[in-house]
Amino acid sequence: MDVKENIATLQNNRSSEEVVVRIQDLYKSFGDNHVLNGFNMMLHKGENLVVMGKSGSGKSVMIKCLVGLMTPDSGLVEVLGEDIASLDQVDLDELRSEIGFLFQGSALYDSMTVRENLEFPMRRHRKKFDGITDTLPLVQEALENVGLAHTMDLMPEELSGGMKRRVALARAIILKPKLILYDEPTSGLDPITAKEIIGLMRSIQKKYGTSALIITHDVDCARVISERMILLVDGINYAEGTYEELVASTDPKINAFFKK
Amino acid sequence: MAIAAQMINKTKEFFIEIGDLSYFAVRFFKQAVIPPFEFKELLKQSYQVGNRSLLLVATTGFIIGLVLTLQTRPTLIEFGAVSWMPNMVGISIVREVGPVITALICSGKIASGFGAELGSMRVTEQIDAMEVSGTNPFKYLVVTRILAATLMLPLLVVFGDLIALFGSSLVEFMKGNVSFTLYFNTVFDALSYGDLVPATIKSFFFGFVIGLTGCYKGYKTGRGTAGVGIAANTAVVMASLLLFVVDFIAVFVSDIFYEL
Repeated sequence: MDVKENIATLQNNRSSEEVVVRIQDLYKSFGDNHVLNGFNMMLHKGENLVVMGKSGSGKSVMIKCLVGLMTPDSGLVEVLGEDIASLDQVDLDELRSEIGFLFQGSALYDSMTVRENLEFPMRRHRKKFDGITDTLPLVQEALENVGLAHTMDLMPEELSGGMKRRVALARAIILKPKLILYDEPTSGLDPITAKEIIGLMRSIQKKYGTSALIITHDVDCARVISERMILLVDGINYAEGTYEELVASTDPKINAFFKK
Repeated sequence: MAIAAQMINKTKEFFIEIGDLSYFAVRFFKQAVIPPFEFKELLKQSYQVGNRSLLLVATTGFIIGLVLTLQTRPTLIEFGAVSWMPNMVGISIVREVGPVITALICSGKIASGFGAELGSMRVTEQIDAMEVSGTNPFKYLVVTRILAATLMLPLLVVFGDLIALFGSSLVEFMKGNVSFTLYFNTVFDALSYGDLVPATIKSFFFGFVIGLTGCYKGYKTGRGTAGVGIAANTAVVMASLLLFVVDFIAVFVSDIFYEL
């Protein structure tokens, strides 16, 4: 089956399921550098979708457009049924409480302890925790999920790279989001720690039933975690399918991603 | 021809920078009056700004007081006007030397600190993480820091002035047998509100300029980790330059009031 037919079949099969993220004809340029050239994507409830692409292919730009950190030149970005472009700041912040974001370099706040890092997202989203004044049990639960309950009072500088990533993951899930965005979750980690992170991502999805959009160029990560994959080439979704389908493709551009 | 083109480009860049900085200042004023207010962070930053600069300001002030008195003494003796020493040193320190030297020292300490801190937060995506978690990073990081610098600098100037006067009185005590009580009584008799008020108002503006340029350079950092160093460096240069511009305007305006 040809890749384009594959995309159509997958989209038809999933059309009846609840859509969590919908991106249509997304364009974004920086001067003469056209990063996204009509990118399309749909993420369904409970699904793990991996978007793969070379460095500088626009993966991070696309994910930042999803949470309103960047404004696209044109195109529709819909998250949990809300058109990002039409939201005011208050509504956008409200929507963001339903989205967890794991940044590439963990992005823990240097001047705060692990506990303060985890409490930080809760300061603006108290409504979500009606009646809860003590945040400690929530922080504890999130840290236990990533196996780091003992690090609560440590500063980020006292943690290893892998521990930082796990704390960042705990911070991403503390608001119990419906959608988690992972920006290169395993980059810069050794293979064993990367495996641990992938394991945690799977267990979190299982426990909370979240949808996940994973941006990566780590083939092993994609193989283990993806239910469906999109290959981002030249700013468009060049190919879409399961890992096995894409690996079996004869297209040289697709093969280039999976060459060892 | 090439030199002319380069000069035109540099001039253009200069005006773009001034425009950006002005826009940043306007954004500060807008955000500073809109709730929610980050009082806790403001207190923390005020403590940091004041505490971090205290020893430096004290050391500089003490040396300036000593040097100014030692250098001026022989000339005043020559003219038989050594009894005017407390008046001359007191007025020059309170009106000009104290605020300018303290501000310059603080621009090195505070502006570079803000530039480096916010710059590093920018390149490690901590600012993005803050925005995604529903907190306005401009309000949380920039507004609090600029306000802290604006409020703390006048206090540091007063503290620096007192230490400088103490340094001066020490020289007078050792070389001219002038008691500390007589020295300080003479200084306070010589000072009027016309000396104190403009100097204090000027100090608020100095603090604002230091906070603004430090935060501006840090918040707008690009080009990875190298950009952090550039941000810290250019923040000091820009702040120092602007301090002299503000000082000139302040002296010019207060001179108009003196004439009235």
